[in-house]
Parts: sequence; C-alpha cells; structure tokens
Amino acid sequence: MDSRLADNLLLFCRTLRQAGLPVGPGQVIEAARAVLHTGIERRDDFYVALRSVLVTDHGQGRLFDQAFHIYFRNPRLLERMMGMLLPTLEQEAPGKDTEAAIRRLMEAMAEPRHKESEEVFVEIERSGTYSRREILQHKDFEQMSLEEQAEAKEYLRHGIEFVREYPTRRFRPSSTGRHYDLRRSMRLMARSNGQMIQLARKRPRMRPPAVVLIADISGSMTRYSRMFLQFAHVLGLQTHALHAFVFGTRLTNITRWLADHDIDRAMHKVAEEVSDWDGGTRIADCLERFNVDWSRRVLAGRSVVVVLTDGLERDSGADLQFQTRRLQQSTSELVWLNPMLRYDRFEPKAQGIRAMLPCVDHFLPAHNVASLLDLAGLLKSRYSRTTRFAA
Amino acid sequence: MADPAGGLPQDVSAAEALLAKGDYVAGRDLATVVFLALRMQRPLLLEGEAGVGKTEIAKVLANILDRRLIRLQCFEGLDLASAAYEWNYPRQMVAIRLHEAEGRGRDIGDSLYSSEFLVERPLLQALRSDEHGPPVLLIDEIDRADEPFEAFLLELLSDFQISIPELGTVRAATPPVVVITSNRTREVHDALRRRCLYHWVDYPSLEAERRILALKAPQLADRLREQLVAFIHRLRDLELFKKPGVAESIDWAHALTQLDAVTLTPDLINDTLGSLLKYQDDIARVQGSEAARLLAEIQAAA
Repeated sequence: MDSRLADNLLLFCRTLRQAGLPVGPGQVIEAARAVLHTGIERRDDFYVALRSVLVTDHGQGRLFDQAFHIYFRNPRLLERMMGMLLPTLEQEAPGKDTEAAIRRLMEAMAEPRHKESEEVFVEIERSGTYSRREILQHKDFEQMSLEEQAEAKEYLRHGIEFVREYPTRRFRPSSTGRHYDLRRSMRLMARSNGQMIQLARKRPRMRPPAVVLIADISGSMTRYSRMFLQFAHVLGLQTHALHAFVFGTRLTNITRWLADHDIDRAMHKVAEEVSDWDGGTRIADCLERFNVDWSRRVLAGRSVVVVLTDGLERDSGADLQFQTRRLQQSTSELVWLNPMLRYDRFEPKAQGIRAMLPCVDHFLPAHNVASLLDLAGLLKSRYSRTTRFAA
Repeated sequence: MADPAGGLPQDVSAAEALLAKGDYVAGRDLATVVFLALRMQRPLLLEGEAGVGKTEIAKVLANILDRRLIRLQCFEGLDLASAAYEWNYPRQMVAIRLHEAEGRGRDIGDSLYSSEFLVERPLLQALRSDEHGPPVLLIDEIDRADEPFEAFLLELLSDFQISIPELGTVRAATPPVVVITSNRTREVHDALRRRCLYHWVDYPSLEAERRILALKAPQLADRLREQLVAFIHRLRDLELFKKPGVAESIDWAHALTQLDAVTLTPDLINDTLGSLLKYQDDIARVQGSEAARLLAEIQAAA
C-alpha cells in the first residue's frame, strides 16, 4: 500500500480514537485491507470501506461522518486543530479525580471500614441510647449535613445485596436438580461400558432481571436524586444488567458514565454530561421518549423499572397516564419512588400523582437511607406477575 | 464479472449488479459492504429497524451465489444443543445394548462418540461445504439470544471451527458466508461487533422504495405506487410506536392490489391500515383525520 495512504489511515484512526471512538489496532489493519479491496478511486466506496470496519454501532455513525469529512478534505486542518486542543486534553489525566481515587484506595487498603463502624455502633447500642445508625437511616436527605451525606453513602454501599434472580432456559449440572441431564448420563454410562446407569441431573441457571432506574433531577428533587444515583452506582457494581436514566426537561441515558468503578469519577462525569439539572420537569414527555426510544432496547426479558419522581408535572403535551401505563406494560414490575411520602399524612391530590398512581405496581418513599434499603429488599424478594392481574 | 471459483463479485459494481440480478434493491453502500464481506471472508452484521430487508439479503445472497442457505433463528435460552450439535442419545443407548447382547466386552467409548451419533444443527452444518461451495449462514435476530450464546458465537466466528469435547475439532475447509441480523432490542456485545463488518440498514429513499415495490408488487399502477410510497414516507415522519418497514409497504401494496384499487382514498386507507401499522395506539392515532390530512398533503404536492 502506498505509504502516504497508510500514514493517513493511521492518523485518521488515531483521530477517531481521541474523539472517543474505540478503534483497536486490529481494526486499523482490517480497515487498510478493506481499502485495498475497494480501491480509492471512488470516494463513497472508500468511505463505506472505512465505516464498515471502524464503526461498530449506529450511534457512532455521526461522529465518524464528521471526522471523515473534515479529515479527508484537509488533513492538515485537523492536525492543527488537534495541536491546539492538546493542552486541554492533557488536563484530563492528573488532577483532583486521581487524588480522590488515591485517597479512597488508601482507605480501602486500611482496616475494613464497615467492621470498624459496626464496632462503634455496637458500643453505643450497649449504652442504651438510640444507635447512630438508626438515626442516620431515618434522617431525611434534605436535612443531612455534608458529613452525614457521606456516611449515608457508605451505608448504602455496604447495605445493598444482590437483586433477586429468576430461572432461565439454560442449565447447569447439579446433583439436586429436578431435570435429567441426558448428555452427562450418557457420558457416565459410556465410561462404565453401559454397566451402570447413572442419571445425572441439572438445574436451571438463574439470572437477575434487567433493572432500569429513571431519576427525576429537576429542582425539587435535587438531594433525593443525588442519593439515588449513589444507590444506582452501588447496584450497578453488582449486576451487569443495570440501565440508568435521568430526566428533567429531557431524558439522558447515563448508564455508561455510571459504569465507572470509582464512584466520585462516575458522579463527576454524570454531572458534566447532563445539562438539565435542577431545572423544570416534563415527566410525560420524558417517559414518552423512554417508551419510544429505549424501552424495547433495555427491557428485554424480565425487568424491573424504578422511577424516582415527585410526580409534580409542570406542563406536558403527552398524556401522563398513558405513558405510565405503557411503561408498566413493557416491564414485569414498575416501582414508583416518591420523596413526598416523607410526609406522614401524604394524600395524592396533585393531578400528576393521581394520574400515575393507578399505573404502578409499587408506590414507595425515597427520602432516607432506610427507604432505599427497603427498595433493595424489594428487589431481592420475589414478585409474581399474577399479583398485578389479581387486583 | 464473476470469479469462476465461487461466483464472488470482483468489485463493488459487480456486487451491485449481482444484487440487482437477485431483485434486491440496495444502495451502493450496502453493495460495498456485501462485497467486502465476501472478499475479506468476514461476517456481516446488519442492524436496523424491523422490516427493512436485513433477513432478505441473506436469502438473496444464497440465491445469486447458488449456495445453500442455513438459517439459525435466535431466541433467549438458545443453547448449544439447538444451535450447534447434539448427541443422539436413544441411538447411543441402543448401540450399548447391542454391544452387550453381542457379548463384545471391549470398550465402547470411542465408537459411541462417532459422527454417526452426532446430530448436526445449523452452526455445525454451516461448516460443511457441498458441491456448490460453503453455505450462507444466516443468524437471525441475534439480539434475542443472550450473552453466553454470543460468547460461543465469537469463538465460532473467529476461527470457523467448533470443538466437540468427545469427538475433536470440526473445521470449515472454506469459511461460510455469515450474515447476522439484529433488531437492536438489546445491545450486541462489542467483541462480536468488532469481529464483523457493520452496516446500519435504514429505511429506503423514495426512489428506492418505488423500485422495490415495482419489483415486488408489479401489478400496482404507477400512479398508485407513487402515492403509496409518498404516504408511507410521511407516516414514518410521525411519532409512531412502530414505524412501518419495507415488509409492511409490500404487504400494503399487495392488499391494495387485491382490492383493485386505482387511487388512494381516505376510506381505503382506513380499511387497510392494519397491514401498515401493527399497534392499536398507532392505528388509533393515524386513522381518520390524520390519514386524510396526509393524503391531502400528497395530493397537493403531486
């Protein structure tokens, strides 16, 4: 291959990588091969050859298009641009993100934290007063100081266990299973030349349902949604099939950013990328967006959807009840977390709340650590679909 | 210009011509990707909305290349036994009993696990070539299968071989032509995507859809066909739960042919809306005034 073309291709792939497209070295080679087959006489063939190898998802298409059209019109231009951007790109690596990570790493390497705190709690309980843990569990997020918030976060992190699993159609060997595993039985029989018939057993593999969390991040919900996102992060560390969305005036999928192991970095990224924090609310419109764009993609198989919102709708075009009903019908279980339930004598009077209420399977509070732990407990328990139809 | 050794096209234009010969209307971009998939012997991953012709292209390829089509329909819980191979247990049991009855005491292990007791399923069948050459393997709706299956598939697609513990490794002499389709109801894993050549199949343009209908529903009058395509394109601009795909356009065209329609009228549309839209909410939204409005727009523009 012409060495200049090869160099250009290499640089182009590097540009894509820096723009955020995951391009591995194997793909670079494949791209070169593809170009060899199609030739470079026709620009559209060249474009498609590169795209078919370097783009692996529909969402990446636009980024690739822009990069291609800029780069192959005038490579020098892009180089110069990258040169100008370089100082800001470098800022990403060191900085306070890494510091936070290092701090936490050191803490983690020290004595296991929860053991310590448990010891402390046990001592206080012995003295006969309310344990600090209990107080913290029931304190409203709105009223927490910064330290208490940090403690609550820790608490959530250690208090959450796995989401319950449901049986799938795959099997695994098990001596106590109820199904017979013919294949293994035959193998065992062959080993003994057919003298002994041993019936091996198998049982279904279990897996957790897809969990989708949709959080309202508008003005009235600030503290609650932030705590909820911490909860979401913890849950995300334990199950692969978690998707998280936030909405205010528009719906954003934050699953990828939340997937960072380091919670501070994850929160930081989410805060950066989402633009409608603390603004207005358009519940029905955002639920509609979810139903149309996302529900079929993330709610495959069994699923649990948890929506966190106070139900106070500003204005909307779509019908709130219709969208909630549709959401309920797309999933096995729809849970509505409403921090308004912190008021003991809460009565659903607002129109938005009255519209949504009949369409959800569970209506729960979300204003303190205890309520979030209850939610975790709910996710752990079995829920039968038939209870929905019994009502 | 075709390669005598396998009927494979030599360049992109040849690929375009070949697809046209199979009555498949494809843009040059899809033809390019198909050409590359054939030349580079890589699987083709086609993603797109339901009903845009992803499955169809595998059938067309099998037809124009004169190869067997092997189809694997994916679903959740699809396992090795249904997808790749299974041992014929009853037959094996009978063989053991026969061995005993004949008094042959020698070890039966090896002969029990020979190819006569192996039931081959689509993925294993795809590794066998016949006199026409390696087959076309269609793995349909892979988004319905789950992750363990994708992991198995990755191994298969990397080396085109399957390891059967009791028997050994079965390798393909020539790799089959693999077409994988996905409706995007679940995100297919990255590793699998990178192994394939990727193409997003979009709804066709006005011109392309007209050509498709001319091929698939030839009895339709020209003028009616134009109205049809214009109406469907406007329908796709609406906020519907499920937009009508190409399969639905063809169904609608056939329905109208059966009804001896000459031109679109609001009544005709309302009566036949079921062949276009499959969700009651969408039908309720479009029926009546909305359909009439769209029709008026088309007639004004014509």
